Amino acid sequence: MSVITVERKILEKNEQIAKRNRDLFQEQGIVVLNFVSSPGAGKTSILEKTLQELRGSLKIAVIEGDVQTDLDAQRVARYEVPVVQIVTLGGCHLEAKLVQDALQNLDLNGLDLLFIENVGNLVCPANYDLGEAIKVVVLSTTEGDDKPLKYPGMFLNSSVLIINKIDLIPYVNCNLSAMKKNALQINPSLRIFEVSCFTEAGIPEWCTWLRKKDVSGQ
Amino acid sequence: MISIEQVAAMHELGIAQNVLQIVQQSVPEKSAADVRSIRVRVGRLSGVVADSLEFCFSAIVSQTDMQRANLEIESVPIISECQDCLQRFQMDDLGFFCPNCKSTNLRLISGRELEVVEIVLADEGDEAL
Repeated sequence: MSVITVERKILEKNEQIAKRNRDLFQEQGIVVLNFVSSPGAGKTSILEKTLQELRGSLKIAVIEGDVQTDLDAQRVARYEVPVVQIVTLGGCHLEAKLVQDALQNLDLNGLDLLFIENVGNLVCPANYDLGEAIKVVVLSTTEGDDKPLKYPGMFLNSSVLIINKIDLIPYVNCNLSAMKKNALQINPSLRIFEVSCFTEAGIPEWCTWLRKKDVSGQ
Repeated sequence: MISIEQVAAMHELGIAQNVLQIVQQSVPEKSAADVRSIRVRVGRLSGVVADSLEFCFSAIVSQTDMQRANLEIESVPIISECQDCLQRFQMDDLGFFCPNCKSTNLRLISGRELEVVEIVLADEGDEAL
């Protein structure tokens, strides 16, 4: 028997391409956000409200990831921003290479912000760096306050948590302070925003914070 | 309808393909048939299900020269170090606080691993293997 020592990361290829994406974004001065959540948490709705608030003053583009359709891209396109659709055909997450390919169809010149909407899934997207500066996990009040404990990988790897659908709190079994406590227990440095895309509560605070971000996410 | 299990399997399929690619890059082509074992390390926070990975790997490896290669998965526990009392402990129930002093000021020591560690090949002498 002979043994070959390898010691290589299985996702090293993804990490190399993610680094290339990140270098490109920094060079171009673009703040890039990767939105992750379970299906139906409200990623697209938050993007719509954010575009509505910021598109007058900032140059924004969107990359939409979807398993099967371009329905979300159609919604975002109404805000008259460049949008590129990635259909993963069953794939459960976006990878850095898919984003790199999507960039071929996007004019990065002069862009301030790039939003990447990942596939709705709280497991695998946590492990695939796309080159973003800020990973935003969206959690809605209808999903229950224990989700951070059930999907710790996602909350550990994100730097921002947006709690959506706060207008529904009186009608659902969600303890907002328990949800925040659970999230901060997994990741004490999470920046938390509480929003409702229906009443638009919290959207201005989120957008004000976003305006101040630089390419490294600081 | 695509079931959750199918989606998970697709995720592990990509991981299995990456493992195979790393092995193909590490072993000279003429020795591919001699590969008996591929040791990988999978952390409990990596989001990879060992059974699914094994299943996907066996499906794709059967189409290569490495049919006799077996995937050995070492599951790595989530271990944290408390930054207040410096106790190191294993987290089994994903309660992210120190069992000693209840602090949540923790540093992750292990649990995110996703690596190919080593490859074991049969030599000419051990044909029985």
